[in-house]
Amino acid sequence: MKSSQNARRQFLLQSAGAATIAWTNAQWPSILAAAQHAQESAKSAGKPHFEVLTTEQARNVEAIAAQIIPSDDLPGAGEAGVVFFIDRALKTFASGMLPVYEKGLVEVNQLTTQKFPTVKTFADATPEQQENIMTILGERLNPPAGGARRRRQIASADFVQTIWQHTIFGFLADPEAGGNRDYAGWKAIDRDPAHSFSPPFGFYDKDYPGWQAASVETEKK
Amino acid sequence: MTQGKVTFRPSDEVDFVIVGSGAAGGVLAKELSSNGFRVVVLEQGPYLTPADFSHDEVKVWVQHQLTNNPSVQPTTFRKTAQDKAQRQYSVMYGRCVGGSSVHFTANFWRFHEIDFIEHSKVGDIPGAALADWPITYADLEPYYSKVEWEIGVSGLAGASPFDPPRSKPYPMPPLPVKGNGVVFERAARKLGYHPFPAPMAILSQPRAGRSACVNCGFCLGFGCEVGAKSTSLSAAIPVAEATGRCEIRPNSYVHKIETDKNGRATGVLYFDAKKNTHLQKAKAVILSANGAETPRLLLLSSSPQFPNGLANSSGFVGKHLMPNSGAMAYGVFEEPLNDYKGFCVSRIFHDFYQLDHQKLGIYGGGGLDARFDLTPAAFAMSALPPNTPKWGKDFKKALHHNFTRTLEIFCHGTSLAVESNSFSLDPDVKDAWGLPALRMTYRDHPNDLKMMEWMSARAMELLDAAGATSKWAQPIQEQQFAVHLLGTCRMGNDPKTSVINADHRTHDVPNLFLCDGSSLVTSGRGQPTMTIMALAFRAADRISDLTKRGEISG
Repeated sequence: MKSSQNARRQFLLQSAGAATIAWTNAQWPSILAAAQHAQESAKSAGKPHFEVLTTEQARNVEAIAAQIIPSDDLPGAGEAGVVFFIDRALKTFASGMLPVYEKGLVEVNQLTTQKFPTVKTFADATPEQQENIMTILGERLNPPAGGARRRRQIASADFVQTIWQHTIFGFLADPEAGGNRDYAGWKAIDRDPAHSFSPPFGFYDKDYPGWQAASVETEKK
Repeated sequence: MTQGKVTFRPSDEVDFVIVGSGAAGGVLAKELSSNGFRVVVLEQGPYLTPADFSHDEVKVWVQHQLTNNPSVQPTTFRKTAQDKAQRQYSVMYGRCVGGSSVHFTANFWRFHEIDFIEHSKVGDIPGAALADWPITYADLEPYYSKVEWEIGVSGLAGASPFDPPRSKPYPMPPLPVKGNGVVFERAARKLGYHPFPAPMAILSQPRAGRSACVNCGFCLGFGCEVGAKSTSLSAAIPVAEATGRCEIRPNSYVHKIETDKNGRATGVLYFDAKKNTHLQKAKAVILSANGAETPRLLLLSSSPQFPNGLANSSGFVGKHLMPNSGAMAYGVFEEPLNDYKGFCVSRIFHDFYQLDHQKLGIYGGGGLDARFDLTPAAFAMSALPPNTPKWGKDFKKALHHNFTRTLEIFCHGTSLAVESNSFSLDPDVKDAWGLPALRMTYRDHPNDLKMMEWMSARAMELLDAAGATSKWAQPIQEQQFAVHLLGTCRMGNDPKTSVINADHRTHDVPNLFLCDGSSLVTSGRGQPTMTIMALAFRAADRISDLTKRGEISG
């Protein structure tokens, strides 16, 4: 599965073959239109140039994102194109947050030079040096307060919290959002990119015998 | 949009103008237009269709595609009336045609008999304003069945020994079991509880031109691309529009109910998308704007004649907010559950629906479900074990291992009504239209926090019995964020202690009706939408009868 378009197309084919055919016939042109739109957005986000960030800023954003989700035998923030997602975010849903990035990156680079006087920017530091800096920055990633189980959005003016959040969205949100290139993020968490599924879904429901009312023995317990 | 839908001019005096198109407004629109009345529904949000829905977490969680947007609709919060409220994102509700029913989990539990008569059964509770409903479970039962059959609920009748009586089985079988349901069911049985297939407002079979669930996995928070979620948008509004007597008017933000010198409602003032104001005239006005916006609208409609807000002679408008209590425990399992596939919940139990107050010192009760309502980015931000690093290779390793192996046990419970818990108008903060922002004043009743501690401990025992390799509970904290907006214009027979009567008619304004979460007198056990829809079906019957008997026209 290479793109969001393909996942949607597969979904349509599956739907057309299933009992949902009447519904699908009525609706599928609109689904396809949405899928095409998503595909266009994803494409324009993937262009290898930056519209908001300077090259220098982009290098550092990419380096920080790669520290948050490094690459190993599974894709990381780099493979998912997180830096392009963030560049696009700063033009779209996070358009007001450029100052947070500008100021934050300056501070991170200052911290880098303060710790390692010969190193000018975070991106120039060695992996070990970067980890050292990240350990300091990571202190700012404490969970939000306030019993907000259902509140997903954590609006924050803190640069580290912001880039952390944007990195995760860029890595794991549906590619329609402009990141998670070729489902790199979903590969890393073992999520099948298909658009619809049939049971059994996993290990534990494979041999489920079907629901039965509690037996008399259970009742006596 | 389909051709040939009816439209009205604001100057047309329609039979009913309904404010809000969610769980209650959609059902009322369907029923009243089917009964021959001309109806305009004003919805502040956009008219989205399945083609607009996607799996994009940024759109949903960050851009508020389906919900109120705190950047233009600020909310404020304070714990007590003595505090100065601070700007804080404290309320979330659906803001699109279909309302919160578009993005909800779709747990569809009926209330039980006890929920309507708890005050008579347990007496006064210190610090709480517990009251009986003016209607009983038996009054509402036929309408619960109507919701199940006309809106579409999957489930298995008789599967829970705690279920209240029902006149009809479910119209379709339960959804398939998920991994979380299997391990939850086994653990619950081991501990002597009575787990059963969750009743869900999601189609397990194609029905009424709608698809069955395709298990895409983007359910809570998202609109359903195939119309399988039984929402006002998928199941009620199309019927209303097909009558040719109902117009759904989106992007219409109602900010005042107009009244004449006799104190009768004449229509509502609303902003269109360009912030131009119109007056939609109507013979009667129904507010189904949700438990936050309905009281806010009444308070915004104050006038010399009604200085404390419209329909507020009791002073109860906005009071007794009950957001339901909740506790959450997480478990990680050895093998993949893959619960990211499919709807959220497949098994629940109601053994704790009515806790033994003598034994436990806890009033009310709740229900537990096993679920996975975490889409990938939301999972990474909120569902790893508490001590997991938040960056680097161990963060990534945990994401890789846990995403497919995690489940949540969600304990849902009562909120006791407390008079000071309320929605009111913020004296300082304004929204993007220049209107006073919604202010939430809230502090959980100590009983509810105690109950959640108790339930959280049961959830941890369940995770042990289920064989979780690791488990943790979210700490119980005072709530500062509400999505269930209940009780703020409560129903009752006494005009001194309630805002509406059993017909949903306000005690003060004869042609003004309220029907949504604000009507509830008690909070049930955490799943209010089924009851809100049942109330709306019943209200439509009552309002139709009153109208036909000439008791509404002045």
